Amino acid sequence: MKNKLEAKNVDVFYGKLKALNNINIGITENAVTALIGPSGCGKSTFLRLFNRMNDYIDSFKLNGDIYIDNTNIYDKSVLVDELRKNVGMVFQKPNPFPKSIFDNVAYGLKIQGINDKKFIKKRVEDALMQAALWDEVKDDLDKSALALSGGQQQRVCIARALAVEPSILLMDEPTSALDPIATAKVEKLIYTLKEKYTIIIVTHNMQQAGRISDYTAFFYMGDLIEFDKTDTIFTNPKMERTENYITGRFG
Amino acid sequence: MNTIEKEILNLKSSLLKMFLLVEGQWEKGANAIINYDQDIAEEISSSENRINAQELKIDNDCENIIALHAPVAVDLRFILSTYKINHALEHIADIAESIAKYVADHDVAYNKKILDETRLTEMLDVFNTMMDCLIEAFENEDPKIARKVFKKDKLINKINTDAHQIIIENIDKYDNNMLLYLLSSIRKIERAGDSLKKIGEEIIYHLEAKVIKHSQKNNL
Repeated sequence: MKNKLEAKNVDVFYGKLKALNNINIGITENAVTALIGPSGCGKSTFLRLFNRMNDYIDSFKLNGDIYIDNTNIYDKSVLVDELRKNVGMVFQKPNPFPKSIFDNVAYGLKIQGINDKKFIKKRVEDALMQAALWDEVKDDLDKSALALSGGQQQRVCIARALAVEPSILLMDEPTSALDPIATAKVEKLIYTLKEKYTIIIVTHNMQQAGRISDYTAFFYMGDLIEFDKTDTIFTNPKMERTENYITGRFG
Repeated sequence: MNTIEKEILNLKSSLLKMFLLVEGQWEKGANAIINYDQDIAEEISSSENRINAQELKIDNDCENIIALHAPVAVDLRFILSTYKINHALEHIADIAESIAKYVADHDVAYNKKILDETRLTEMLDVFNTMMDCLIEAFENEDPKIARKVFKKDKLINKINTDAHQIIIENIDKYDNNMLLYLLSSIRKIERAGDSLKKIGEEIIYHLEAKVIKHSQKNNL
């Protein structure tokens, strides 16, 4: 199994606060990796390192190296816009633009300067299909995305991320605002997307991590406590703190 | 203590009760055979209902905890091992009833000399110490004590293997029906010993996450 992403000796500071402490991890290609841990443990900070979202925070400082396909993405030669074409992101709350479904999904292509309407149409259709939404919206592509249900809006956001054909998908609690039916649809989607994408997902839902991920990393107070195959983490974790967390003894 | 911890504590005490019911059943069974006590043999049959009811209760509790609390890690291993131990104990109780049945149904007592020669009494003693070890191991969550049963089970197997020849050598000396029931009882005790060994394996699985069944090294 090839590592698609890698963190080496990573420390993250927000001013004087050390948010991550000497993280070393390799993320397998075409697999789903779940990041779990209590609030404030550093898992979202860690996720946002891979598309350099933390760069917007003034007090953010990184020590160590983050690699994607063996390229250090914090190297001065790396163009952040190019990086983000390759690394899509889906957030906790569905955040479609106040535009049509079509324009939402086409948004990333248009800001890249692509004007070929036929090409854009094909990409939008493909992305909506991959997001398991095509059959539900194919006759309403001009309808406002805001008129869709929460679960459909989240899948529009996933389609928007997929339209620019990234190879990595970062998901920050993508189902926490959804009902169980919409959650099941998004989980099913994540499970199928891993054939084509490398997915990292932050989740507070232990059962969700168990259901959809191949690997699980447990973070606690900025430390990576344990990283292993998901079935090992949920049946026989090596570290007592992991066991205490996943069994609800603390956290 | 969170809700799953409370449920698990309750389940543990239910399984401990099951252990004690089955242990009591065996003590009665041993008494019935050795002392040819037909009253005790009848009593075993009547207490079987309590054991069956306890088995169903534990099954139901396991299902509820899995459905309502989605246990993982040590909690999941506890539920899985409890489920298997519960069934093994019920099987052992059935065997106790079955070996006491001869005493309840027949008028010819087991001959004392042949009991000594086949080492049936020793077999029952070893069985009882295995049961004691397992109850202690389960109650105190001590895998070291659970491991003690593997060696004891080998002794039970040896007594069972030797019994066949001893019965053949004595076939003309005693009531044949009695001898056949005796041999059959020894076989059943050996099978009950195997079930105790499996319970030991399940206790170790719960506490150490090690799967040692079907392993040649389970006495390590």
